[in-house]
Amino acid sequence: MSETRAEAGGALGVVDAPDTGGAALDPAARLALYRAMLRVRYFENEAYVLFLQNLVKGTSHLAIGEEAVAAGVAAALRPDDYVFATYRGHAHAILRGASMTAVLGELLGRQNGLMAGKGGSMHLTSAEHNFMGSYAIVGAHLPIANGAAWSARYRGTDQVAVAFFGDGATNIGAFHEALNLAAVWKLPVLFVCENNLYMEYTPIAEVTAVAHPAADRASAYGLAPVLVDGNDADAVYAAAAGAVARARAGEAPTLVEALTYRHGGHSRADPGKYRPEEEVQTWLARDPIPRYRARLEELGVDPGTLDAIEAGARAEVDEAREAAKASPLADPASVERDVFADGGARWRS
Amino acid sequence: MAELTYREAVAAGLAQEMARDESVVMIGEDIGAAGGVFKATVGLLDQFGPRRVRDTPISEQAIIGAAMGAAMTGLRPVAELMFADFLSVCHDLVVNQIAKARYMTNGQVTLPLVIRFGNGGGLRFGAQHSQSVENWLMAVPGLKVVVPSTPADVVGLLAAAIRDDDPVMFLEEKALYPTKGEVPDTEHVDRLGSAVVRREGRHVTLIALGTMVHRALDAAEQLAAEGIEAEVIDVRSLVPLDVTTIARSVAKTARLFTVEENPRLCGWGAEVASIIGEECFYDLDAPIRRITTPHVPLPAADSLEDATIPSAETVVTAVRRGLD
Repeated sequence: MSETRAEAGGALGVVDAPDTGGAALDPAARLALYRAMLRVRYFENEAYVLFLQNLVKGTSHLAIGEEAVAAGVAAALRPDDYVFATYRGHAHAILRGASMTAVLGELLGRQNGLMAGKGGSMHLTSAEHNFMGSYAIVGAHLPIANGAAWSARYRGTDQVAVAFFGDGATNIGAFHEALNLAAVWKLPVLFVCENNLYMEYTPIAEVTAVAHPAADRASAYGLAPVLVDGNDADAVYAAAAGAVARARAGEAPTLVEALTYRHGGHSRADPGKYRPEEEVQTWLARDPIPRYRARLEELGVDPGTLDAIEAGARAEVDEAREAAKASPLADPASVERDVFADGGARWRS
Repeated sequence: MAELTYREAVAAGLAQEMARDESVVMIGEDIGAAGGVFKATVGLLDQFGPRRVRDTPISEQAIIGAAMGAAMTGLRPVAELMFADFLSVCHDLVVNQIAKARYMTNGQVTLPLVIRFGNGGGLRFGAQHSQSVENWLMAVPGLKVVVPSTPADVVGLLAAAIRDDDPVMFLEEKALYPTKGEVPDTEHVDRLGSAVVRREGRHVTLIALGTMVHRALDAAEQLAAEGIEAEVIDVRSLVPLDVTTIARSVAKTARLFTVEENPRLCGWGAEVASIIGEECFYDLDAPIRRITTPHVPLPAADSLEDATIPSAETVVTAVRRGLD
């Protein structure tokens, strides 16, 4: 970790390093982490192609470049932990266990979509995987994640709730209400800021009084600031593992700020041209995926093994694309279903 | 039967449900040690302890968000929002998140939660602590909206709301908290979506909600002295809405008046008038008339608030005019 800290500290202005508790992944888990990032990368690339083909409607927000945050945290969680994500949530849905076919089907408005077309790209939810939703109103899910953590504590389990959010959410009221309640109730919750340096189209510094919009606010709620290189999957894992362990032990919640970068724009409508070319190139050079592959090779992993993992992830995406495209369109007969728990939409008795 | 105040009935209803179901928990500002700013939760902290009766900061988004997250994961939370007007500071959680969760997830998520609101005017609190928000809530698909008018209904409808698997907005009428009524001694559970005929009559139908039920009953008493027999229906629940009971009364009286505390535009009575106009047109002998607060924010002073919210006299005058 010392190498990571030095590198991140120099390049990214890291103000503090996570208490990792010495957490590190074994070789098999590292390969799984690499595979997880590739699955997300190839999935997102495919989603973009389908958008260019006008098959993905509405809007979508891709996480290309930010895979290490999602994969690193996911590696630190148990299947029974709860995850809440943002509208940039394809990665989290897939990494919690939702099938690529179902997620792509949802993007394409198909019957086999994760929510059979009712939600769309911004509202992916897979309750069976404890993926409790993607939230498209900025910051709304932080208080909701508190509720899941409160419930876990009340029911006597040691489940943890995780809320991912963007840097933009740190300036909205719900963020502050949620942090205060989580801290004062000592809830088993982990807040993960995916800081990609832009609040939609606006650089953080233009609209925010502190340099690190999440970490610099932590002390206001009595929490230790944790700032991590979000393009280093091992570093993210270590920070998350420490935070999850503290949450399970009934200690304070943790606010992690992971510094990362989206390779594209905010949403499909945004080419991201407001970003200086030099900055873009700097971050492309820090792409978490080739960086992780290089680390694995340094650790002695056979390149053929890594090639096979890449091929496997590509094949999964190809298969999912064909299965999603083969599905019928979402069924108009479902429009008046599932407003209420009785399965219907009837508002009169 | 025991005689309870409306506010005591709230605590009684909550106690009844918390005693039978460990998954029912309470969350809100000052609901514990203080017993609620309306004293509607007195005694519950002592009876059920701080694990189940949780005081919060003044953070409405945190309260309602926590209730939602808890409801998603196996609990049946009852959140208190204190003044109903505070819905406006957590509108996103209620309207964008809670109301839509089941639909957007294609039925994967169910939210068995209750939000309690101190609703309506009559206490001279002015325009930001006196609103009737039932119309805001009724307009959102996915929410159930209940307004009890008697202590017995507080217990019975609150029990039904807590046992319901959908989010139920439970609007307690602030003006009714000190009023008294008989409440069954044994477990009492009512049914959502059932209107009640409070007084039978054959000349006109008055439909009302919450505090206005009592104004309508007072008006009916005065009208009876003039030989006008008014039927008074307590709607009790806007979603689900019991159209059948209202339509049956209109078929008998041929004249419908709504008595609404809310400002004029888009009040619940307008929706009912639309339904009755579409479905019962040939039963009607006169236009449907709506008696509402004028389309103004509620003023604070006694004389102004009294002049604004419909009174029994307002109702009597409107009915007389409607029968001319």
